[in-house]
Amino acid sequence: MNETIEDVGGVEPKADRGSVSIDARGIHYRALNDMIREAVSAGAEQIELLNVNGQRYIATGIRGQATIHVHGVPGNDLAALADGPQVVVHNNAQDAVGNTLNAGRVVVHGDAGDVVGYGMRGGKVFVRGDVGYRVGIHMKSSPRQSPLLVVGGTAADFLGEYQAGGRLVVLGLTTDAARRGTVVGDYCGTGMHGGVIYLRGEPNRNHIATRFVAIKEADDEAMADLEPALREFCELFDYDLAAVLNDRFWVVRPFSHKPFAGSYAPNP
Amino acid sequence: MRQSLVPRRFKQVIDHQKCQRCKRCVQACGFDALVFEGQVTPHPENECVACHYCVAHCPEEAITIVENPLRYRPHDAWTADIIMQTTKQAETGGVLLSGMGNDRPWGVLWDHLCLDACQVTNPSIDPLREPMELRTYLGRKPDAVEVEMGPEGRPVVTSTVPPQLQLETPVLFAPMSFGSISLHAQKALAMAATELGTYWSTGEGGLHPDLYEYSDRAIVQCASGRFGVHEQYLQAGAAVEIKIGQGAKPGIGGHLPGRKVTSAIAETRGIPEGSDALSPAPHHDIYSIEDLRQLIYALKEATEYRVPVSVKIAAVHNVAAIASGIVRAGADIIYLDGFRGGTGAAPTAIRNHLGIPIEVAIAAVDRRLRQEGIRNEASLVAAGSIRNSADLAKAIALGADAVAVATAALIALGCHMCQQCPTGNCSWGICTQRPELVRRLDPAWGAERAANLIRGWTEELKEILGALGVNALESLRGSRDRLRAVGLDDKTREILDVKAAGE
Repeated sequence: MNETIEDVGGVEPKADRGSVSIDARGIHYRALNDMIREAVSAGAEQIELLNVNGQRYIATGIRGQATIHVHGVPGNDLAALADGPQVVVHNNAQDAVGNTLNAGRVVVHGDAGDVVGYGMRGGKVFVRGDVGYRVGIHMKSSPRQSPLLVVGGTAADFLGEYQAGGRLVVLGLTTDAARRGTVVGDYCGTGMHGGVIYLRGEPNRNHIATRFVAIKEADDEAMADLEPALREFCELFDYDLAAVLNDRFWVVRPFSHKPFAGSYAPNP
Repeated sequence: MRQSLVPRRFKQVIDHQKCQRCKRCVQACGFDALVFEGQVTPHPENECVACHYCVAHCPEEAITIVENPLRYRPHDAWTADIIMQTTKQAETGGVLLSGMGNDRPWGVLWDHLCLDACQVTNPSIDPLREPMELRTYLGRKPDAVEVEMGPEGRPVVTSTVPPQLQLETPVLFAPMSFGSISLHAQKALAMAATELGTYWSTGEGGLHPDLYEYSDRAIVQCASGRFGVHEQYLQAGAAVEIKIGQGAKPGIGGHLPGRKVTSAIAETRGIPEGSDALSPAPHHDIYSIEDLRQLIYALKEATEYRVPVSVKIAAVHNVAAIASGIVRAGADIIYLDGFRGGTGAAPTAIRNHLGIPIEVAIAAVDRRLRQEGIRNEASLVAAGSIRNSADLAKAIALGADAVAVATAALIALGCHMCQQCPTGNCSWGICTQRPELVRRLDPAWGAERAANLIRGWTEELKEILGALGVNALESLRGSRDRLRAVGLDDKTREILDVKAAGE
């Protein structure tokens, strides 16, 4: 699309101090991210991004506590490598939301694409709708950080592959979930060696990598671990917590933190 | 009695006349291959790996390591190595793991290439008399240098130069993670790189807090496991490198076993202590050149375009086309790792048989990028058993901008190439996380030796340039006419673009 100069947006400081509005129409991601970084370093606490249309890397590598509201559909790698901000998408998001996220919270009010939360080290991602393939691969945790990714709808194949830590939650509350009759696709938990996956409703075991993981219904201890995540999800997206808690959940955990320990022999 | 049917490869021979029974060797052996039973004796079960730590530290020089004279009946196809590997797998059912680089007799192309020298008609240069320019910049170069006339009639360069790494000598220390090697070994290389004015690399295991002081000389890696990758880490490095592959194990991931994941490694990598550190085979956010571009620019955004982004790949069959894609994806540096490159652990079958030699990879990539008119858009770093200054000079002549070394640097720290890195028992304190072994390696001692090695190579490189009659490394770069081949077939010479000796 040929943009005329009138079509190109820009920064418009609001009367309220600490609040900035940026019109992203027709602006390349590099310039847009410069504006965001500038606003963050100037101390803006609330940043409204208007007319976002597929710009990549929004809030990528951003440090600090600012809240960034994205109006429109952001491009890939939203909040990748971010370290603290809250990013709220009032629409669908594309691929690689929260890629290698370190800290902060990403809230997507629609669906998100593939590779959400790849290699997440910390922070939280909440997606109201469905997510695509390869979600939560190699999410990890350490004594100081433990990430959380909650999907309101379904996840496609390879969820939690190589998961090394943290919590993945798939709720299947969307119509797509009801249609598919399952909340996860194939190969869920392949190579998983840490962390936990919570699934609402009993999963079809054919979808789960039972070579690596055990599945059992959530007991009181598991529900107590899950409840804060559900509470936060329900508050964000106006679900009735009591109704969600009333459902049955299943827990996927790895058999071992060292799944390949016996696979090797020294070359003589 | 030994349980295994695999015979010992080496025997320790103790000269009991000389031995003072100080037992230093018994305590020193990381493999517990010696015991004291009235006198020093080989352990009944544990095997000597010929790492020579006991030999080097015996005050009486009373220890000799010999190959076990036990021989199989000679067979051209079923060699002793293959019989032993077969037996080991029959006993364990495991994937055989090796350390260091490919040890099979594939031949080394460096050893078939001769460098030119000046005689009579164009005089050689004495580097003692003339300064030799070795300084190397790694990073994207502009297509053209634009100049405008400024005030007072002075020309002013108006083109902007993207971020560059500045090397005082064209040798980097290759990526080796904290986990694959000890913190003391990594620190030694960090100190040496800082002193030499070159760079070291974190490998894929993150940057330990103690090494942040050397981070302005560090290339920080982002691999498929994303260990220790966070905003502060990326901002700290002089360059960021996406590790796609490694010459010793192209196309496969990495497993740092949980028993090596100490609290310090867990902290640095952001994983629980004692958990396996598994790097998936591909980055699962990179399934195409377009995806690679996405990560390259994510890292550029995260570092605000201040540092070059490198992409490290193993040299494989279609390396030239892949490299072209990497440049077009926006990489500023391509790091090519040939199939003799080292490793802390790789399946032996992979290490010995996957990938191609670095010599042909450099030639193929350099030619392809020149043909496509994009050679200036990325620098080329070559690695995978660069053994000395001659290999270095030949790599530059074939088209590399710089080389990276790991094995040579570890030999400087005491490594004797016993190839037992995966066991984590390295007596020299290099490839181990056992505190009593790591303690032995003094980073300052190691740094001095690693720096000495590269200083020696640097002086030799100046001599080679002088003999070639040039006074700048840039004059040798990609200058294949300064190479001749001995004993290479026509096709290989065509790929290397090198004439036969005598032509």
